[in-house]
Amino acid sequence: MSEPILMKGNEAIAEAAIRAGCRFFFGYPITPQNEIPEYMSKRLPEAGGVFVQAESEVASINMVYGAAGAGARVMTSSSSPGISLMMEGISYIAGAELPCVIVNISRGGPGLGGIQPSQSDYFQATKGGGHGDYKLIVYGPSSVQEACDLMIKAFDVADKYRNPVMILGDGMIGQMMEPVVFRDQPGEAAPDKKPWATTGNEGRKSNLITSIYLDPEVLDAHNWKLYQKYKRIEENEVMYESYRADDAEWLLVAYGTVARICISVMEKMREEGFRVGLIRPITLWPFPKTAFDEVADRAKGFLCVEMSTGQMVEDVRLAVEGRAPVYFYGRTGGAVPLPRNIEKRMHQVIAGRTPVVTECLDKNQGGGGR
Amino acid sequence: MKPVYLRPKSLTGVVTHYCPGCTHGIAHRLVAEIIDELRIQGKAIGVASVGCSVFAYNYFDVDFQQAAHGRAPAVATGIKRVHPDRIVFTYQGDGDMASIGAAEIVHAAARRENITVIFINNAIYGMTGGQMAPTTLEGQVTTTSPMGRDHKSQGYPLRMPELLAAVDGAYYIARCSLHNAAHIGRAKRAIKQAFQNQMEGKGFSMVELLSTCPTNWRMSPVKAMEWVEKHMIPVYPLGEFKSGEGE
Repeated sequence: MSEPILMKGNEAIAEAAIRAGCRFFFGYPITPQNEIPEYMSKRLPEAGGVFVQAESEVASINMVYGAAGAGARVMTSSSSPGISLMMEGISYIAGAELPCVIVNISRGGPGLGGIQPSQSDYFQATKGGGHGDYKLIVYGPSSVQEACDLMIKAFDVADKYRNPVMILGDGMIGQMMEPVVFRDQPGEAAPDKKPWATTGNEGRKSNLITSIYLDPEVLDAHNWKLYQKYKRIEENEVMYESYRADDAEWLLVAYGTVARICISVMEKMREEGFRVGLIRPITLWPFPKTAFDEVADRAKGFLCVEMSTGQMVEDVRLAVEGRAPVYFYGRTGGAVPLPRNIEKRMHQVIAGRTPVVTECLDKNQGGGGR
Repeated sequence: MKPVYLRPKSLTGVVTHYCPGCTHGIAHRLVAEIIDELRIQGKAIGVASVGCSVFAYNYFDVDFQQAAHGRAPAVATGIKRVHPDRIVFTYQGDGDMASIGAAEIVHAAARRENITVIFINNAIYGMTGGQMAPTTLEGQVTTTSPMGRDHKSQGYPLRMPELLAAVDGAYYIARCSLHNAAHIGRAKRAIKQAFQNQMEGKGFSMVELLSTCPTNWRMSPVKAMEWVEKHMIPVYPLGEFKSGEGE
């Protein structure tokens, strides 16, 4: 265990990747994730690795495809519009079952949007984004420390399942400085531990990395094989934290940095005698449905808070399955939900003054709800 | 009895899906012969593109990756950066490289990627049924230029070797034709040069092969060979456009 170091989130994520054995990085500049490629361009050659600044995000993700297929621990990072450009390649990577890590330090959209923190890429990350039946394993860290710990886990999980993994951090995770301890330093996973990789067919039959299966029966079988893998991931890889949920009547639900804001709201309301708890999904896919089963029967209501107009709230409703009302509060475009506004919304919820489905109840405070 | 003509070791012997008279078969054989002659089968890694050659990996007995449309040079970059001692080549058609993959090929050359690129130019999209390609000739009838390609609205054919020869990072750029035995011999020498360059670490090499598509050109194989000589070569002059690094 090393001493805590004060590091900017993006740089800490890059360092964690190197300590996880990542030796190849392909990327393209975009704010607010530039410190990741900048750090990699200096540190990777020192660590015996390779950094390539690609001509586009489209090229970056296809270089990742090639390197992953060649057996390397490899990653790329980008921010929302760049991640959109990578969606074709991510679909190919999922179809060809290649392990890699993609970091999205997301910003506000749609379109060019803004450069401030946002959580409006949740649907894209968890529901596909690219074409076809596939799943990304998606982690939503809420601190720089957790982002580092999840980077190391991400590479292991990617290799374990031969599946792409996304770290979905918002701009705040990337840009803020926090103390971080680098806990694990596993060795690099050597290509020779990946007998399927394209390394040259010397002494064995030829290997093939592909996602094309023109025979409908074969493609059907391939898709159901992927489905079974996703089922195993759902059974084994769910991560979440529940805070004071045991006796909670009212539950906040939030991920990433917003969860930390919600914790302070929860603590304040607890002091005032309200039985408020919080569920913080860490894996956004697979979504932690069990966290809701533990509390849904006695909960009086859930308030989902996001930096979006309401994306994860749909998964919360599916997990709650009508056992309690689910409310929403959100800000977008880089506006961050303030504790007092979340608290105010929670008081409305508790008082029964917030219909489950309404739009923008408090326009003059900023933020919509339903 | 001594055999004089055998299947190259680097071909699998799988019967190809290519149409009768298509020159993909010739191009595959030339690449496989060179892989055999240079004794690099065990360390060659191919990248198949999207188009008729999407299933090239069924025919070459070497490790292969199948790339998204146009992205083969980026995929090859990823492979070569991980395994600098392996021999990495892409096999791309004109739609794949000159249209959707124009950025990837130019920047692979600009980065001086030490890879070999085989570029099949048959002036048409074959796999999708004969649409206009960036290399379609002026006046050429395709399913999306039914009145013939008109430069006023559809522009001119794109000459990739001439374009790539202007890139400092490119080392070896050549255009050959597969329309007769003499030219096939020249094409083989160019392909060999392109692989040898990579083995010697000289950087980016690309060989364009003028090719036929009898099916979508609506011609017999023999007429198609004649069409290459009569109509394509005047637009796509043959030769080495660059051999050596820098300007």
